Amino acid sequence: MDLNVLKSYIPLYNEALLLTVKIGFIGILTAFAIGLSGAWAIYFKIPVVKKVLTIYIELFRNTPLLVQLFFIYFALPKLGLKISAELCGILGLGLIGGAYMIETFRSGLESIDKVQSESALSLGMTEGQVFFDIILPQAFSVSMPGIMANVIFLLKETSVFSTISLMDLMFTAKDLIGMYAKTIECLFLLVVYYLIMLLPVSILGSIIERRVRYAEFGD
Amino acid sequence: MSELVKVKHLHKEFGNNVVLKDINLSVKKGEVVVIIGPSGCGKSTFLRCLNGLEEIQGGVVTVDGLPVEPDKKDISNIRQKIGMVFQSYDLFPHKTVLENTILAPIKVQKRIKDDAIREALELLDKVGLADKKDYYPRQLSGGQKQRVAIVRALLMHPDVLLFDEVTAALDPEMVHEVLQTMLELAKSGSTMIIVTHEMAFAKAVADRIVFFDKGEIVEETRDVKEFFEEPKTERAKRFLKTFAYE
Amino acid sequence: MQSLGIDVLFKGTNMIRLLKGLWVSVEISLISVAISIVLGLIVGVLMTAKNRIIRLFFRVYLEIVRIMPQMVLLFIVYFGTTRVFGMNISAELSAIIVFVFWGTAEMGDLVRGSIKSIPRIQYDSAYALGMDKFQVHFFIIFPQTIRRLIPLSINLVTRMVKTTSLVMMIGIVEVLKVAQQIIEANRKASPNAAFGIFAVVFLLYFLVCWPISRFAVKLEKRWA
Repeated sequence: MDLNVLKSYIPLYNEALLLTVKIGFIGILTAFAIGLSGAWAIYFKIPVVKKVLTIYIELFRNTPLLVQLFFIYFALPKLGLKISAELCGILGLGLIGGAYMIETFRSGLESIDKVQSESALSLGMTEGQVFFDIILPQAFSVSMPGIMANVIFLLKETSVFSTISLMDLMFTAKDLIGMYAKTIECLFLLVVYYLIMLLPVSILGSIIERRVRYAEFGD
Repeated sequence: MSELVKVKHLHKEFGNNVVLKDINLSVKKGEVVVIIGPSGCGKSTFLRCLNGLEEIQGGVVTVDGLPVEPDKKDISNIRQKIGMVFQSYDLFPHKTVLENTILAPIKVQKRIKDDAIREALELLDKVGLADKKDYYPRQLSGGQKQRVAIVRALLMHPDVLLFDEVTAALDPEMVHEVLQTMLELAKSGSTMIIVTHEMAFAKAVADRIVFFDKGEIVEETRDVKEFFEEPKTERAKRFLKTFAYE
Repeated sequence: MQSLGIDVLFKGTNMIRLLKGLWVSVEISLISVAISIVLGLIVGVLMTAKNRIIRLFFRVYLEIVRIMPQMVLLFIVYFGTTRVFGMNISAELSAIIVFVFWGTAEMGDLVRGSIKSIPRIQYDSAYALGMDKFQVHFFIIFPQTIRRLIPLSINLVTRMVKTTSLVMMIGIVEVLKVAQQIIEANRKASPNAAFGIFAVVFLLYFLVCWPISRFAVKLEKRWA
């Protein structure tokens, strides 16, 4: 391995990492928002919305992100909806992530014992107070391991962004291999940079999982 | 004495399954009514109808003269007049003992936090749990949890307290401490409606016994002692026999 | 519909070509799943081993698989091995190696989880009935493990099918690649073909994965 080559590639990888993290972050936030509001709508069985959400969840959970991105990026412009590659990445990640997050939050909400909301209601709390003060905080901590797994899954999925010519880590590696054929250096940096991005999240995830499983509230 | 809770011709069904038929009952201020009956007789459902946790298909329930209707906007106001303690799992696991008790007084009744805390600590002290105020529910025993649940209900200053088999999920040695707390409440003049399987406790605490079977009131009497020794109806006799070993 | 390029599908052998492309992905995933399940069963049992070093080894393996995007693994195997070992592995073989490497870890973890999820009381009560170790495992534990395992491994199939869409990145001509070729070939005659063709690809994936995941959900409910 040529150290000088590594050194000269690092700035390019830094830039790519930044872009990946940026799009990943905004995409995951979007997924989070979709997940919370979608789970809320399903939990309260809002008539038409529930049906629509179910179709959306099935569609996006049963197709690859790559195909979704191609559809958004190459097909939708034919209908006059042209969006930038970056926005497409965010949208794609947000939509697929949203479908997974809804399921995670929904099962969290449903895992909370009915007596919880009944005893809160019997104290005179309104439906809204019950949801936000009693059910949601509990559901959230139950969902935490699932949420972290989704976050890692989504960050990994960003690796397909290169196909819509976003200059992410994958794109940079592929590009450099194609131009200078320093395959080993490029792949080495690719692995290192994905580790930099994902290892902390993964470690955080297992810490949270352990806390939720063994401690719950009150240690 | 005024009538606090009034139930007239209450009818309740789940689908085609009638669980309560034509229930009539009124409870006066300061009265302790104990409801007993075999499992599935509708006694718990009846209790839940009293604070609007169940929709009813016929009849009226009033508390303090106000009708209890689950879908009405003011149901929250009526529920504040009715404290309820459940079988188990009703403390909020993400809040400490103190937070559990003061949550509704602050959020619902908009009381000043310091006042709510002061009163909560007083009541916790009375049930011997003041030192546990910063514990989370999972760090408490079943009996302690139920006493906290009682304090939480009391802090709302309800007109009437409902107890739905509050000791059914407890280990035998925990049952006593909870029932003791309830007995003291009864002595202090609280209005209580209690569903229980603890016959000795029922005998000790009740001003009136109501015996439910198959969704209806079969026997109702103020002569508590006589009910347990010489019930009038065949069904009550048969039910009481299930608690004896020969 | 004319303008949205659905017509291109019915030109010549286009639809057949798309389906053949889809079959390439499905074939790769089926081969990978079959191998992964066999290896995963072994790995899963090893993951519950008493030996700490064995457990640690598989823990690290699982962690690597969980963290590295499959696309990175594909690149390493496809481009990396050629450089390091001077071997020329075909794209198809690279894909199968990567998906087996990934699938075995996932399957192993499912097996481990299923074994661990059987409560101790099941072992205790079986031993209390006088069964020996083999009988306990064969008649009591194994059937319960399998029931939990089957729906989960069916889900692995759909995940595998979805992930095989990545193989176009190492030059395998599968459904997405075919789609691109068709769109390219009809660029002049049908400029909007991208919409129709990609919509169909989207739908094709859905039609493969959806029934499988529904089936898994059904089994899970019935056996819960």
